[in-house]
Parts: sequence; C-alpha cells; structure tokens
Amino acid sequence: MYNEKVVDHFNNPRNVGELADADAIGETGSFKCGDTMTLYLKVRNGIIEDVRFQTYGCGAAIASSSMLTEMVKGKTLDQALAITNQDVADELGGLPPLKLHCSNLAADALHNAIENYRARQGIGKTG
Amino acid sequence: MSNREVYMDHGATTPVREEAVEAMLPFFKELYGNPSSVHSQGRKVRKAFENAREKTAAAIGANPEEIFFTSGGTESNNIALRGAAKRLNKPGHIITSSIEHHAVFDVCRDLEKEGHRVTYLPVDNMGLLDPSRVEDAITAETFIISIMAANNEIGTVQPIEEIGKIAAGHKILFHTDAVQVVGQLPVDVKKMQVDFLSLSGHKFNGPKGVGALYKRKGVKIDPLYHGGGQEKKLRPGTENVPGVVGLSRALELSVEEIPGKKAALEALRDRLIDGLLKIDDVVLNGHPEKRLPGNVNVSFSFIEGESILLSLDMHGIAASSGSACSSGSLDPSHVLSAIGLDHQTAHGSIRFTLGRGNNESDVDYVLEKIPSVVENLRRISPMGKTK
Repeated sequence: MYNEKVVDHFNNPRNVGELADADAIGETGSFKCGDTMTLYLKVRNGIIEDVRFQTYGCGAAIASSSMLTEMVKGKTLDQALAITNQDVADELGGLPPLKLHCSNLAADALHNAIENYRARQGIGKTG
Repeated sequence: MSNREVYMDHGATTPVREEAVEAMLPFFKELYGNPSSVHSQGRKVRKAFENAREKTAAAIGANPEEIFFTSGGTESNNIALRGAAKRLNKPGHIITSSIEHHAVFDVCRDLEKEGHRVTYLPVDNMGLLDPSRVEDAITAETFIISIMAANNEIGTVQPIEEIGKIAAGHKILFHTDAVQVVGQLPVDVKKMQVDFLSLSGHKFNGPKGVGALYKRKGVKIDPLYHGGGQEKKLRPGTENVPGVVGLSRALELSVEEIPGKKAALEALRDRLIDGLLKIDDVVLNGHPEKRLPGNVNVSFSFIEGESILLSLDMHGIAASSGSACSSGSLDPSHVLSAIGLDHQTAHGSIRFTLGRGNNESDVDYVLEKIPSVVENLRRISPMGKTK
C-alpha cells in the first residue's frame, strides 16, 4: 500500500532523536487518531542547520516526519514556512488517500517550531 | 525483506486445506449440474450437496434441515437478525454486546434506524459478558438476543450456554455469531440452546464466500431475499455447490481434529504470550483463560499498531491491529474501547492469530524479531522517555 520511498523512510528514518541545544521545538498532535510529533531545530543566521524528530504514529506519519527533516535542512526559515503538508506527501511520491491525514502532522510541527523560534528570538530582543 | 513467511492472521482468514480443495474440484468439472434440476447430472449434485449439509449439521450437533447455506458470516448474521425483525413487523427490543463484530453491531445500528431499540451490554475489562446483565436487560419487547460465541479481536469466549438458558427461559430468540469458534472449540447448538448460529467457511481452512446459518427447527423468520426458493426460501439463489462441499469437508476435519489440536494451539499461544510479556510495557488484552486457542492480543506502549505491522511485515510476519490507522478510520476498534483501553493502548494493539500450520519455530521466530521492532519504533517515539 505504501510506495518504496515511503517504506524506505519508514525503515530508515532520517534525523531521529532530540537536539539537546535546540533553538526551537515544535509539537503537534492529532487528538483523534493519537499521532504526535516533536520537531527540534538548530538555526544559525536564519538557516535551519540541523533538525531532529520524534514521532508516535503509523508508517505514513513516521515516513512524513523523516521526509520533512530532509526537506528543511539548509533552508531559510521563510523557505521552510512555505512547505505544506501536501509538499511532504508529494516529496514522498504520494500516500494512499486514507493515510493522507496521517502525514498532516509533519509540516504542522515545522510551522509550530518556527513560530517557537521567532517567539524565543522576540523575547530575547525585547528582554 | 525477509525470505521467511510466518502467517499469524488466521482470525482474518485461513488457507484452504488440501482435502477441501480436492473435495471441491469435481464440482467445478464433471459435476456441474444445478442441484434443482430433474436430470441425473442435477440429481448427482443434489445428493452431494445434501451430504454436505448433513456433515455440516453433524459438526455442530444440528439436524440437516436446520442448516441454511449462505455466502458467509455476514450474510448469516443479517438473515437471522433482520429476518427476525422483519417477522416481528413492529418496533421491538434487541439485546447484544458492545463487542460484537461489525456484521452484528452495524446490523443492530441499522435496525435502530428502523425504530427498534437496542441494548449494547458492556463487558468487563477482559471482554467477558456477565450473563446476569442479559437477564436484567430483558423487557416485554425483547424479541432477540445476539451475543458472539468468542470475540474476533481479543479472543474472549463468552458463556453462551448460560445465556442460552436465560433466553430459553424467557422464550426469546437467541443468536450467536460463532464464526471464530466453529472448528476451533466444540460446538453443540442443543447445549448452547441457540435458535441461530452463524459460521463461515474460510475461518476453518475452508473456502471464502460460503457460510451457514443454523436455524432451530420451528423458529420462524422472514426471508430477506426472494427468488427461486432454494434453501427453503430463506436464502434463494442457485447453490454454491463447490463452496458448500469445501466448507463441509473442512468443517468435518477441523472438528474431528479439535481434541488433538486445541491443546497444541493453546501451548503455542501461551508460548507467544509469555514471550511477548517479557518485553517492557506490554499488556495482554482479553481473558487469560477464557480465550480462543489461537488468539494473542497485546498492546505495546508508546508505539502505534500500524507501524508495528509494517515492521513485522518486513520480517515476513503477518498479523493485524486494532489501531485506527490500520483500518482507515480515526477511531480505534470499538472492542478495545469497550474493554476500557485508552486511545494510546488501543492504538498500540497487535493481534496474532495462530492456526493450522503454525509451529513452535514460527512462535520463536516472532519472538526473536519483535524486540528490535519495538525498540526501533520506541526510539522514534516521543513517548515514554521518562523510563
């Protein structure tokens, strides 16, 4: 039911884990189906230098999380913000229609992380 | 990918056994007649068909005239429940459990829309129904009770004889969906005091697309279909002769084998359960003893069922899950919710159903592969990091 690329990202997920010195953390979860994802970013000069993820969820959720981390590395925050859930699914070469909602957490976690980063920076500047 | 294949999803379906295939073959070839025909080709087929009915009846302690062949468990359940409701011809009350298979559960839901009232009895946290709840739920309007003989997901075996006694005492129709039990445990419709029993060929190494409904002699229901009058007008349509012959052969053999295979299957089941419970944060779902011989259902904390199934599949292991993500819906199985599992525990459930052909080496292979599957997924998961 999943294509080879999805299966590869599921079997060999990239960038798994936490970043102890993360500049931003983004979390997201679906209360309904229970999937949750935490994304850690290391940002330097407005560029995402490093990224890690942790995901609880099905194969599509794990593969999407892994795919997203490959997509954002080296991107500016604005470029990263433009990434949508659909972009992640497309980059994976498509997901079964029923599993699309499972992939919706990856870009959401990224957007939350960037928001978290900007809030931290904002606090830093005014404080 | 693994070269080894270990099939532990016999609760979903089973391979057709060789003897059943052999028995069916002539009815695809030289014995092709319509059993309703007058000519000798038809009569030969009729004879074999009625012989299959006799075998099927004998396997569950019924009389041949009480067996009606159908397309499977779903149709048998529909004919019994909807047929009884149709016969009643006014809004009535139905008693069932909260852990029925969808082929009963959804029929009840639909009958509610038609004006019937349905009581979905709760079960305990091991999936067991207390028969006294059935007794307490009976009202003057109750016309049928439908309780599954054993649960397809968690394997809990219900006290059907006790419930049958209660139903008989109140002269209320009693149906049991015995799809998971027939061929696995001894079944005697007289002892169970059931008016209807559903069974399905492909659960006991017979063919798919064929099943039967036992209807006790004298019990009257209205047919759902009309046609050429086959199966005493209860299930018209030209008979699935090869299917019925295959079903009856597989049933005859699987019932014969129960005394020998039951204990062997239980030993394999318990070996698998014991091994799985050695992994941290694993719980057994269902009843420790009142359990189908081949059923293992466990929940792994912090990880999700579909991802476990995918990883197991990479090792050639076929199992199933009550996780929402494996079924395409958002909610976990109603059965796991009914036994009180929280969402996360329900989502992390895996069912292994052992059957004919599984051996100790299969169990050991699963137990060898699963710790790393669980460890890898837990490494990815944000949950359970407090350990």
